[in-house]
Order: sequence, then C-alpha cells, then structure tokens
Amino acid sequence: MVNFTAEEKGLINGLWSKVNVEDIGGEALGRLLVVYPWTQRFFDSFGNLSSASAIMGNPRVKAHGKKVLTSFGEAIKNLDNLKSALAKLSELHCDKLHVDPENFKLLGNVLVIVLAGHFGKEFTPEMQAAWQKLVVGVATALSHKYH
Amino acid sequence: MVFSEDDKRSIKGIWNKVGGHLREYGAEALERMFFVYPTTKTYFPHFDLSHGSAQVKGHGKKVADALTNAVGHLDDLPGALSALSDLHAHKLRVDPVNFKLLSHCLLVTLANHHPADFTPAVHASLDKFFASVSTVLTSKYR
Repeated sequence: MVNFTAEEKGLINGLWSKVNVEDIGGEALGRLLVVYPWTQRFFDSFGNLSSASAIMGNPRVKAHGKKVLTSFGEAIKNLDNLKSALAKLSELHCDKLHVDPENFKLLGNVLVIVLAGHFGKEFTPEMQAAWQKLVVGVATALSHKYH
Repeated sequence: MVFSEDDKRSIKGIWNKVGGHLREYGAEALERMFFVYPTTKTYFPHFDLSHGSAQVKGHGKKVADALTNAVGHLDDLPGALSALSDLHAHKLRVDPVNFKLLSHCLLVTLANHHPADFTPAVHASLDKFFASVSTVLTSKYR
C-alpha cells in the first residue's frame, strides 16, 4: 500500500490545481501512441493514427486522453485509498478492455514527461518524485483486480 | 533497433539545439535519478550526492559526452560504445533496470528545459536512442 506524506500530497495537489485536464490528458495519451506505437492496438476504432501529427490532432485521442486524466483526478482525491478508488476501473481494464498493466507504467511515465514539459522550474526533483510515486500507485491499483 | 532518417534528424536536431547545456543536463538527470529512484545511489557510495555536488557534475559531463559521441555514430552504436560496453559489463556491472531509470530522467530533463523542441516525434526518437544505447551498454553482460 503506497503512503503519501503530507508534503507529497501538497506537491501533487498544488500542481494538479494548475493542470488543464483536456490539454495534458490529450498530450499524454497522444505521446503514448506516438512513442510506443504498439499501444495503438487498443485504439483500432480511433481513425487516423498514421503519423505523429495525425495522432496528436485526432479528436478521439484528445477526448479519450481527457477521460483518462479525469480518472487520475479522482485518484488524486483518494490518495490514501487508491486500491478501492480504482477497483471498478481495474476490473474494467482486465475483464473488458484486456489491457496489459505494463501499459499503465508506460502512460504514467509519459504523463510525468508531459508535466515536466509544461511546468518548467516548478517541476523540481521533489515534484517529480511525488508524481512518480502517484503514477506507480495508480498503475498498481489499476492492476489490483486482475486475474 | 533501426533509426529512420527522421529519427536521426530528430536526435541530431535536438542535440544541436541543446548544445553546451548538455553537460548541465547530464548532471541534472543524474540528480533527478538519485532523488526519484534512491536505489540507484547504491552504485555511488563513494560519491557526495548532495545537491550541487562537484562529483555529480563531473559524472554528468562524462555521461553527456558519451551520449554526444553516440549521436555522432548512430549507424554504429556497438562500435562507438564498445569500450563503455566492456566497462559496464566487466567492471561497473550496473543492473540493466537502471538504464531505463536514467533514460527516463534524461527525457524529463530535456522536456523540462526545451518544451518547444521536445515534440512527440523528437520524444519518440530520443526514447529509441536511449533504449538503443542502454541495450549496447548491457550487451556484453553475459
């Protein structure tokens, strides 16, 4: 069970309050599909994913990125109980979506890189550490119901 | 791993953009790595790892220079990195998992300082580049 210190919670919430969920979500998911093209396997119905610019401009990618990051936001409201907060989503990702949990780690790291790109000096090593802990916690919680 | 012409252009492009800052970024990536992934410190018990450490700066410069050499030899990374590959296999024996951690921190550092140049395509090419360098450096492990 991951435990966040008060300082880590402060850092995470502080940055989160400035995050534009639509922009950052869209960018993170887009970059996942560009940098690790095999992840496109889950998105055959999304239309044109034929180039980096097609992916980044694809409205379905942006919308889905927003959805994914909105769920992250819910997780952030439940830092002390990620496993139960994400239990239903975990079942969904296993039973219906059949997503290998390795993908949660990939997306988590891409999200950290996107935040680093957006927040400049504010994205200190301490900030990075808090967010790495969060993305690992979310990835673990999302894998928890796998069977 | 094969680099396309676009990959090579992206990698060399951002390397030229970053220029002299690379050594600073090498040190920053190491600092981030030691902080975010404390297990990586186990390879440096002989170093002062505090913020601003001269030893970390020196090591960052070493890492940056080796990467710059690699950028100049994208068509023959095993050749260009042969000596470093021997060193990591026989002397340093850094567990392969750690190369991913440093690669990630290098990407974070570059994204952080050059957001406009760190486009998705450049990000993809750099990720491939660091992964290839990591593979070469661990290729003689067994």
